[in-house]
Formats: sequence, C-alpha cells, structure tokens
Amino acid sequence: MLGVLVVQVAVATKVDAAVFAIAAFFVLVGAIGVVVARNPVHAALMLVMTLFGVAVLFVEQQANFLAAAQVIVYAGAIVVLFLFVIMFLGVDRRENIAFEPLRAQRPLAVGLVASSLAGLLLLGVAAHWSVGAHSVAGQLRGQPGGDVAALGRAVFTTYLFPFEATAALLVIAVVGAVVLARRPPQARRPDREQAAAPGGDGPPGDRTAGDVVGDPMDALAQAVANAVASGLVSLPEDLPEGQRQEEPVGESAAP
Amino acid sequence: MSLSGNWYLALSAVLFAIGAFGLLVRRNVLVMFMCVELMLNAANLTLVTFARMLNDIGGQALVFFVLVVAAAEVVVGLGIVVAIFRRRSGEGTTADDLHIMKG
Repeated sequence: MLGVLVVQVAVATKVDAAVFAIAAFFVLVGAIGVVVARNPVHAALMLVMTLFGVAVLFVEQQANFLAAAQVIVYAGAIVVLFLFVIMFLGVDRRENIAFEPLRAQRPLAVGLVASSLAGLLLLGVAAHWSVGAHSVAGQLRGQPGGDVAALGRAVFTTYLFPFEATAALLVIAVVGAVVLARRPPQARRPDREQAAAPGGDGPPGDRTAGDVVGDPMDALAQAVANAVASGLVSLPEDLPEGQRQEEPVGESAAP
Repeated sequence: MSLSGNWYLALSAVLFAIGAFGLLVRRNVLVMFMCVELMLNAANLTLVTFARMLNDIGGQALVFFVLVVAAAEVVVGLGIVVAIFRRRSGEGTTADDLHIMKG
C-alpha cells in the first residue's frame, strides 16, 4: 500500500506535496489541539488553525470559491459565534480533563475510533475509489471562468431547488435562534409587579442581560399605567384594552 | 499534476477519527460542538477530493450546501446551549450537568 502511494507522490510535483504536507500538519495539530485543550477558548483558536488548513487543501484541489467560503463562514462566523457563546456563558476557565465519570467511556472510545479508522483506511487501500459516472453535474476542469463559474452554474441550474431550500433553512434557523434566545414570557410577570415596589429588583439569581435593559422599561410601563389610572394622561381610544399595557413591555423584549 | 487523491482521503479519515474521538471523550458541550465541526470538515474535504478525482462539480456544490447547513446547525445548537445554561443560572457547561431528566 505504501509503495503505491510513494510512486504516486513521485509523479506529483514537489510543490504540491510540500503544500499538502504543511497544510496536513496544521490540520492535524489543530484537530488534536481542539480535543486536548483544557480551555474552550484555546480549543476555538485551534479550530481556526484546522479550518485554515482545510481551506489551503481546498485551494490545492481547485475549489477556490469553497476555500474563500470556508474562511469567511467557518473561521469568520462560526468560530466567532463559538467565542461569543464561551464569553457570554463565562466558561473560559480551565477544566479538569482527567475527570471522567464513566469509567468505560475512554477505552471504548479509543477502541471504537481506532477500529473504524483502520477499517476506513483498509477499505481505501483495497478499493479503487474513482468509480461511478464521471461528470454528472458538469465538468470541474476546462470550463469557462474556472471552478468558480462552474460552481455557480451548477448551483443555479442543476441544484436550484436545493439552493432555495437552504434559503428557507437559513430563515428557519434565524427564527429558531431568536425564539431560543428570548426569555420566557412567564418569567417576566413577577418582575413587572416587583418593579413598582420600592427596592424590588427582580428575583436574585435570574440576572441576565435582558434584566438590565428590561427593568427601567418595565418601570416606565408601570409609571405610564399609573398615570393613566390617575387620569393624568389618556390613551387613544381605538386601542383594544389589553394592548395598552402590553405594548411598551413587548418592545423592550425585542433586543 | 496534483497530488493523488488517496492522501487527501487518508487525511480526512484521520481528521474524522480525531473529531469522533473528541466528541466521545470530551464533556464540555462547546468543545463537543467543535468536534462535530471537525467531522463536518473531514466530510467536506472528502467531497472536494472526490469532485477532483471524478472531474465533477457536484461534489463542490454539495460542500456548498454542507457549509450552509453547518452554519444553521451551529446557530441553533449554540442557541439551545445558551438557553439551557441561562435557565440553570450557569455552573459549568459540561454534558454531565444536564441530568434534569434522570429518573
């Protein structure tokens, strides 16, 4: 098996082999760093290293657009999101990796991963991978405009329906993230009643970023309600009854 | 002439194995998510390699969609993590802390 690989390397140019070796080194070091890093922030930075290495390997294989998208989407957006959540939850401290409550977990993991990796590599050596129909969705090489134009033509013609479906998926993900990040509405009720009382500052232990913004707005809504009740101001008559008090509170929940 | 695809396939198999190992071994939810990203990247590298070997743009188009799905998955997953650990008024973010449904 190694002999075949060595012969194939001899055919390839030295530059390609050097680029692959360096990028593979960074990919593997970064991946191992993600697994063994005690600090989640360090794990995220190691993940950036792996993603850059994979982007270099994409460029090496005529996937220029995907390399750019990899850097922008993964290293630019996803890792930043990871770091944001790590900082937001305040878990950027070292953890004890040696602690493992399930005694059989690590030996089982080692055995499972090692056996499946060995099986994969053996399968790769034994089988000829270049099977199947060539160029079903269009040729990769020799197209006008290179691989970027070829990818654009494929995505907007052959894969147009999946492309539209991913647009819907992104909208659903955004809506889901907003719904998940909202505070539950029943948790707001006690806050609002206590805001009018002197010294009432919400229940302790439930302090989030929403509280800091929400409390003055709740106090404002309460003051408006008190003013309406004492006849100082009058709200427009065409509003339904329930909407008068709910509206300022609902707006304060938006961010 | 570029390097043989076998090297890329072997590298992505090793990368996938490291990600799977980390997912099984680590207890921090965020690091487990990062290991899932490693496995997704290994699959992407495999797809790009096959696209080159078969001279077919379909593999690269599939990687494009995997990127989009991975972004959506991370957004929703981290939203769930934040919702859980804000509701529990945060100790650690280890998976062992989530024993609320234990009988």
